[in-house]
Amino acid sequence: MNFQFKNKVISGILTVLPDNEVLFEDEMSNYNFSEQKSLKLKAAMGFNKKRVVKNGETSSDLCTYGLEYLVDSSLLEVSEIDALIFVSQTPDYIMPPTSNIIHGKLGLKRDVLCLDINQGCAGYIIGLIQAFMLLDQKSINKVVLLNADVLSPKVSKRDRNSNPLIGDGASVTIIEKTELENNIHCSVKMDGLGAFALNIPAGGAKLPNSNETALLEEDYAGNFRSKDHLVMKGDEVFNFVQTEVPELIEEVIKVSGYNKDEIDYFMFHQPNKFMLNKLADKLEVPREKMPSNVVENFGNASGVSIPTVITFNISDKLLSQSNLLCLSGFGVGLTWAAIIMKFENLKFSKIIYK
Amino acid sequence: MKQQIIKILEEIRPEFDFSEEVNFIENGYLDSFDVVTLVTSLDECFNISIPGIEILPENFSSVQAITELLKRSGVKE
Repeated sequence: MNFQFKNKVISGILTVLPDNEVLFEDEMSNYNFSEQKSLKLKAAMGFNKKRVVKNGETSSDLCTYGLEYLVDSSLLEVSEIDALIFVSQTPDYIMPPTSNIIHGKLGLKRDVLCLDINQGCAGYIIGLIQAFMLLDQKSINKVVLLNADVLSPKVSKRDRNSNPLIGDGASVTIIEKTELENNIHCSVKMDGLGAFALNIPAGGAKLPNSNETALLEEDYAGNFRSKDHLVMKGDEVFNFVQTEVPELIEEVIKVSGYNKDEIDYFMFHQPNKFMLNKLADKLEVPREKMPSNVVENFGNASGVSIPTVITFNISDKLLSQSNLLCLSGFGVGLTWAAIIMKFENLKFSKIIYK
Repeated sequence: MKQQIIKILEEIRPEFDFSEEVNFIENGYLDSFDVVTLVTSLDECFNISIPGIEILPENFSSVQAITELLKRSGVKE
């Protein structure tokens, strides 16, 4: 499904990452691998270090910290926020909505729309599309998009499929109206038949958490996880991405009317270096135009990986010039989505640590 | 090409004899993580990029299957 928008701009991106850093080597002995094999895998996948919360910090804690930083730095006026979108797979509670909790913490006005969206790897794209839709309303001039995932507590330390790469984080993106035409081209696809390629079996209404769901079980590959933990069927996800994402990108480029070589950067979700390099090669995009260095430096924080790859790699360029970017997220759902749009002299683009 | 492939395989899993006529995947000689390492090594050794959509278990089940994959990826014998 294609969407088009105009007269909207991203005016700032802030990534909030935990202070706490864990090295791949620190956890290597958890896995059912020889040291030599682990180190080869580290090189191929880009595993190195990751940022994860400690002391029970949650998604709303990271988001609130980022918002308060922007307010204290005079980069955001609380009274100007007309809508607050919170995209996450790790809300603070089943109820109330986390966006309402953040609304209360920040003291936002009552004339505001708070919205929680359950999305993961494609959550940045889905959140932006929602923001663009809201900005078509007369009453909405500025939207704050919050992406946050604190999945590390949901990953088994003995699961070599997931634990080496999963990080935690949050981002704050400001989207607002502009007089610039700024054509924005989006494409989204969904396939619920693949919904369980990435899942957490227990904790919802179908299978509430219990002592039984907390029991560790060994899978065919020697990973230990419980039903309370994230399950990632790596082979299925890899094949889905390599099959579907290039087609989606080619489609959105065609619809946009741009040539592929006019796009300055391809800022994609960051599952691992190997997968991204294969995508770049398939799309015939130079690997330096598709950075793949988030997993090795911070871990993959799901919907936060796109703002992280942007703020980590091209903040200086975004602050000083216009850049044409192709963004793409893909994963849980299954959901895969992309946006092509210009980023025009952002007011801020940075990473802070909590 | 066959000898180069066997050498790379033995570097990844030195405990197995890859000159045997067995299915590497079904017999546990290679798991999915070995395949990632193998693809990275083959890409470097033969200066190619094996397409992502070709990274399927059946294409790594034997030296012959890997040879065919390399040929499809542009390696000449």
